[in-house]
Parts: sequence; C-alpha cells; structure tokens
Amino acid sequence: MTIEEIQELIRSSTQVVAVGGKTKPALSQAVDTATPIDMTALTGIVEYEPDEYTITAKAGTRLKTLADAVAANQQYLPFDPLFVQDGATIGGTVAANTGGSGRFRYGGLRDFILGIYFVDGSGNLVRGGGKVVKNASGFDLPKFMVGSLGRYGILTEVTLKVFPKPAEYRTLEITFGSLEDALNGTFALANQPFEMDALDFRRVQRDGRETTMWIRLGGLHESLPGRIGRLTRWLKEHTESQSIQELTFEQTFWDGINQTEWAHGAQNLVKIPVAPRQLQALDRCDSITRAHYYAAGNGALVTADDLERLSETLTGLNLNGLVLRGESDQAILGKKGWIGLANRVKTALDPHHKFLAI
Amino acid sequence: MTHPETFYQQLQEICPGRRTLTRHVDLLPYESDALVAFSTKPAAVVLPETEEEVVAIVKVCHAAGVPFVARGSGTSLSGGSMPIKDGVVIALNRLNKILAVDPQQRTAIVQPGVINLKISTAVKQYGLYYAPDPSSQSICTIGGNIAFNSGGAHCLKYGMTSNHILALKVVLPDGEIVEFGSESTEGMGVGPDLIGLFVGSEGLFGIALKITVRLLPIPEQYKTVLAAYDTLEKAGDAVSAVVASGLLPGAMEIMDKMALKAAEAAVKTGYPAGAEALLIVELEGEKEQVEREFAELVNVIEGTGAYAVEVARDEAHRGKIWKGRKGAFSSVGRLSPDYIVQDGVVPRSQLGKALAEIEAASKRYGLGVANVFHAGDGNLHPLIMYDGRIEGQLEQAEKLAGEILATCIKLGGTLTGEHGIGVEKRDYMPLLFGETDLDVMDNIRNQIDTKGIANPGKKLPTGEAPALKMHGMHPLEKAGIISRE
Ligand SMILES: Cc1cc2nc3c(=O)[nH]c(=O)nc-3n(C[C@H](O)[C@H](O)[C@H](O)COP(=O)(O)OP(=O)(O)OC[C@H]3O[C@@H](n4cnc5c(N)ncnc54)[C@H](O)[C@@H]3O)c2cc1C
Repeated sequence: MTIEEIQELIRSSTQVVAVGGKTKPALSQAVDTATPIDMTALTGIVEYEPDEYTITAKAGTRLKTLADAVAANQQYLPFDPLFVQDGATIGGTVAANTGGSGRFRYGGLRDFILGIYFVDGSGNLVRGGGKVVKNASGFDLPKFMVGSLGRYGILTEVTLKVFPKPAEYRTLEITFGSLEDALNGTFALANQPFEMDALDFRRVQRDGRETTMWIRLGGLHESLPGRIGRLTRWLKEHTESQSIQELTFEQTFWDGINQTEWAHGAQNLVKIPVAPRQLQALDRCDSITRAHYYAAGNGALVTADDLERLSETLTGLNLNGLVLRGESDQAILGKKGWIGLANRVKTALDPHHKFLAI
Repeated sequence: MTHPETFYQQLQEICPGRRTLTRHVDLLPYESDALVAFSTKPAAVVLPETEEEVVAIVKVCHAAGVPFVARGSGTSLSGGSMPIKDGVVIALNRLNKILAVDPQQRTAIVQPGVINLKISTAVKQYGLYYAPDPSSQSICTIGGNIAFNSGGAHCLKYGMTSNHILALKVVLPDGEIVEFGSESTEGMGVGPDLIGLFVGSEGLFGIALKITVRLLPIPEQYKTVLAAYDTLEKAGDAVSAVVASGLLPGAMEIMDKMALKAAEAAVKTGYPAGAEALLIVELEGEKEQVEREFAELVNVIEGTGAYAVEVARDEAHRGKIWKGRKGAFSSVGRLSPDYIVQDGVVPRSQLGKALAEIEAASKRYGLGVANVFHAGDGNLHPLIMYDGRIEGQLEQAEKLAGEILATCIKLGGTLTGEHGIGVEKRDYMPLLFGETDLDVMDNIRNQIDTKGIANPGKKLPTGEAPALKMHGMHPLEKAGIISRE
C-alpha cells in the first residue's frame, strides 16, 4: 500500500477504515459500509537520528521494529506503547492513544509526538508539526491526532521524540490491605522526590480487598540499590503497606503488563482515563470484571461483561472509556461533552464523511 | 466612533464604568505587545472580572461581527496580543484567581489571568511546582502561555505548556462554551486531543476561561555546571557530547560573546572572562542519582576542550549563574536602542552551521546579532540589534530576521519554538508548510470561528493585520521587571 493508493482509495470509496496490527480489534473491525485499508503494508523507519532524540516511521511500522531500533542506541519510547509484542503499529497506537505504565515518568503519546503526515477525507496528503523537538508553528495537528481513531484522517507517517533509556530498572512489589490504602499511599508519594518510572496497582481478586502495587525505578546501576532502599524504608514508614519485596524478573513482569496478561484474554477490554479522586467510584462499578490501574491511579484498563452498562456508569461519573476489544457500536463510552468542538474539526478534515463518525 | 453607539453600550452594560475603555489616552497602553515595533488602535478595551462577562463580551462581538483579541500581560514577542484595528481588546488580568489546588492529585485549577510564577509560589508549600518557566514568568499569564504553547529553559525534559495542561473550559468565537480534558494526567485520554489543538492556537480558537494544570514535585537536587570555550563551535560540540553520553539534562543553554559582554556589564555575572561561548548544563532529580550523573557530566564536559569549568557551589551560586543567563537579552537591549528577537529551531546537530550562517548574515547587513539559546532543543534566540530612528534600519533588521528564519527551515528546523507566529512570522508560514497544509489549517479555523473574528490576521498567512511601526524597549524591560529569553 502506497500513500498514493491510500489517497486513491479514500477518493473512490464511500467510506474507509484503517486497519493496523489488529491489537485493538474494536477500533478496526470490519464495517459493512467501509473499505478496509491495510496499513501494515506501509512500513519502515524513514529517519532515526539518535543525537536529535527523534525517529520518523511510516504509520504501519510495528512498534517492535521501532523499539528495537532505538534500543540499539540505548534509547526508548518513554510513553511505553501497549501491545508491543502483539504486533501493534505506530499509527494505530497514535490513533488509539494507547500508552502504557511507563507514561508515568515523562508523559504519554501526546507528549512525544512531534510531526505527522496524514491523508484527509478529501484525499489530500497533509503535514502537521515537524521533525524538531520544539515547535510552535501552525496548529498542533500531531497532538490532535493522538486519540483520533482514524476518524479525522489516515496517518501515514509519524515523528516521535525519544529519550535515553535508563541503564537499569528495579521494581518493588508492595501489598496493601485495601485499594483505599494503596491509593492513600500514592497520595502520600505525590510530593516526594522519588523519580518513579511506573506506579501500577490492582486488587488481587475482584471480590477481595487486598491490593498489590508495583513501583519501578530506573537509573544508574550504582545509584539504584540506595534509591530502592530509601523508597522501601519510606513506604514502610509512611504508608499502610503490609509487605514489600523486590521482583526478580521485573522485565518479564512489565512485559506482561504491556500485553495486558492480567486480563486473561477477556473479550472486552476498555481504557478509562480517570482522576485518582474518582478511582474508587469507578472501581465499585459492578459491570467491571477486572481492573488494572496505572500512572498512580490516573488511568485504568478494565475488562467488563456488559459494555452498555459500563457506558452508563461512565456517563454518571463524567468519564470516557475507549473500547479496545469487544463488540460495541460505540468506540467511545460515556458522555462526550467535547464532541461539538471535535465535530467542527471533523467537518474541516472530513467533509464527505469518508471516515467513521466518532 | 467606529461602531454603532449600541455596540459600545452593550460593552458598557457588561463591564460598567472604567471597565470599558474607549478614550484615546486609555487605549494607548494596549496598542502593542512586546513586539513594540508594531502597534494598532483598537475601538475599545474591556476589563471583565468573571467568566460570564467574558462570554457575554464574545457574544456581543460575534453578533456585531467585531473582531477581538484576548490579552494577558501583553508580553507576546510576535504581535500576538496586538489589537485588531477597530476591534475589542479583552484584557483578562482581573480573572486572576487560583480556584483550587489538589496537592495529592498534583493538579491546580486556575483562571486565565493568573501569572505563571504565582502557581509555583502558591503550591510550594506542598513541595510542588508548575514546570513551564518562560523567562517572562514573573509577569506573563497562563492564558497567554496557552495561546502560545510557551516554553522556557527546561523543555527538552519536561515539555512545553501543552504538556502540562489537563483540562480547559473555553468560549469559542461564537460564544459557545466547551469543556474538555480531565483531572487525570491523561488529560483528554480518549478521543482526539482537543487540548493539544487549542494550546498554541494563538487566540484563533477563542478564549480559555478555566484551566487545569499538572503540577510536579520539586526536584530534590539541582546540579549546575558552567563551561567556557574559545569558540562557539566547541560549545556546540559539547552539547552533542552530553547528548551522546546518554544523560538527560533539564537544561542546556549557550550564550555567545556579545550576549556575555552585555550580561557581564549589566549584572556582574562573574562568568569566566574572555569566553567566545559559555555553556550551562543542569541536572535535577533524586539526590543519589543526580550526584552520580553529575560526576559523569563533569567528566564529559572536561573532555570538550573548555578552558574553564565551574560547578555551582550552592543555591546562591546557581542563582547567580542563571541570573546572568536569564537577564542576557535585556542586557543586550541596553547596548542597542531597538532589537528583534527571533525564535527559530534547528536540529541540534545543525546548531554550528546555523550560527555560522547567522554570523555571516549579520556581517552582510552590518547589524549586530547576539545569541542566547536553548541548545538542548536547538531553539535559537538570535537578537538583532538596530536603531529605529535611522531610516530603513527596522526594515533591514526584518529582512535579516527573515533570512535567519529561512536558514532554520533550510536546515530542517522550524519558524518558532515558543514565541508563536503572531503577525511577525505569519508571512513566512509558506516557507514551512505547503498550500494544502495551510488550507487545512484555514478550514479548521473557519469551522471554529465562522465569522473570522478571533484574533484575525495572526498566525495564518491570510488576511491583513495593519500596523504602525515604532521603536524602543518594552516598558517592563526598561523598568527591569522582565527580560527576554
Ligand atoms: C522579556 C520577555 C521574555 C520572554 N521569555 C519567554 C520565554 O522564555 N519563553 C517563551 O515561550 N516566551 C517568552 N516570552 C514571550 C511571552 O512572555 C509569552 O509568549 C507569554 O506566554 C505571553 O503571555 P501574556 O500573558 O503576556 O500574553 P499576551 O501577550 O497578552 O497574549 C499572548 C497571546 O495569547 C492570547 N491570549 C491571552 N490570553 C488568552 C486566553 N485566556 N485564551 C486564549 N488566548 C489568550 C492573546 O490573544 C495573544 O495571542 C518572553 C517575552 C518577554 C517580553
């Protein structure tokens, strides 16, 4: 698939839908009215400048390819994209805004996207942003496209900022008697100087109270033992932690989180950005079957047996959820108070409704 | 009176008495922003005190088809807050309340007229701060920061304003109120990132009424090193060496000889004498980590051919190092009656080439250029000195500025890193973006602002923004309150 072919397909079809690595099938599943565009044929790293901290790749490039390329230079993608091993593409990752636990340290995709090319609903190839790490020229379309679900344009190329990778990681596993205790632990940590790469937690059993937390520290080999020791002592003293131990195979653990192994392949998987203050209210929602919280409780990935009921709960909490896996006529659950403004942009980029409605 | 009497009456009803200004003398202070070479006369200035008043004003302007510009502290360096001819200036300085702080969630909700630095001051008691630090931070407003996606010295690691905004309540140019984002650090998190779209829109998409910002814990330790070089090139190479070492400094700044000379004269910096270029690098974070990284950093720096390397001894010494850096531009301003600051960005590896071309152009035009820049993110701030009283010199300076911008683009960079396009760089947009790209931006703007009344003539290279030209320093700079970075 070339860019010209994508342009031609958009012009000649009534409706199109971009399909990447199919790791978030709810967002790319076949729709009767829409012609699928296979993005996995538009691949390749266009430019990688380790000294500039930038990498540019075609939208269908697998995350794995990107991650391996930057790792060869001791760099990494700090927004920690999900589903690396499952074959997710960079275009699909931007469109769905699926950053993982590592976003806690430096921010999510929106904080690392610098430039894009996309084909709009009229078949035009459009550029936004640039290839330098700092840029205030033009409207920030690269950020707008984060989370845009391919409903405003088909991304063909993405430029990202990368960072030097910490030399080494260590991870603590901490248990708490309840979700509330764990949450209070994160609140107590909020103004502490510990620089954490990830802070995740979840209830061990959906019907139990016990909650496990994982805190990941990255840095120099020589400084990590001291930092881990200090954090451990602090947690013992200032939180209701019941036990603290270090994980032996910590990389394997985080790889599992990246593939949402905790979800055990459940049919429905939903991403829900949530403020820590609202976390307990969300956690009480009974259509949720499992929940994993990341970024110190600023985000949730949940499995649910009934997406419609989940959507109602989210509406009540004034939250939005994104269906990554599962059958739903709505990709976005909950009330979209922002849709009016988004639709104005939609009219500008997709006047003939070549892409699905959001 | 440019508009029907009823229009002014409506404004008066919303902002009674001295909160609606129409007399010539009252309008004068609002005719320019910090791009003082340009000025325009508005029809009125209004000083709303509540969100509701702002919305009502926007609706009145929309109904009458009268253009408006939001204004914070008027420190825009690109003409962004300069009035629209015969339009309304909506000055937001009275919406200056910090509405809520949640230290545990690390968020604050503020009104648009809140001064940048006031947030950090207010949350310091909780061990937190607001990261974006433009050197105008003691005077510029969050509303202005949002419009320009303002930066500062710590962008490489922490990002710009946009990376610290979680939620916005805005009034669109037709009076519709929209809220988006959340108190989660994900911001929007789901759906197209409207926060990303609004931040940096330079007032073309309406007015931010209420803003939720993300706060960060104050780093446990800062470590600062300063290195003096006998060529600018060596300083530039040192930046590459630091990057190659795998360290991620919070700030990497360079000043050239001319900037150093001026800074020394103005603030007694105590920097090593006789340098052609000075590099400042700062690390911050957890003590144990920073101590070790810093040893490595000093090692790297010592291998870069610096003839003097100084490590900040304590907080006071660090403050002194930064004072020279942050005051550099206004100091240069004292050497020259007028100056224009440019804000182009180049890939870091092209810094040396860019500086050489700037120097050559400076010689060709016979106008001095001082350089102070955010080397870590390739963001140049060449300061072009001229004398506006000499016939034709402003035009020469503008031409030189244009050449510098063209150089940045040629080297793979961009027009502005943090000061915005405004009126000043609008005509250069076609150098950077193709016709289709610009059309798309125009279409988006037309959908959001159907009558084209929100800060028209700025940012996009369409429409006219007639302006008079004058010269001199920004009054606040003359008073020594702020300095250009
Ligand atoms: C000495 C000096 C040093 C500077 N240093 C830096 C620096 O280091 N980094 C940097 O990035 N910039 C710097 N600047 C530029 C300037 O300070 C920033 O652009 C700042 O964000 C402007 O804020 P303000 O309150 O003065 O906004 P104004 O100049 O009043 O307005 C700027 C723009 O914001 C719009 N606006 C204002 N309020 C709102 C609102 N509520 N909603 C929507 N739009 C709004 C205006 O319409 C205008 O387009 C410097 C300027 C000076 C004079």
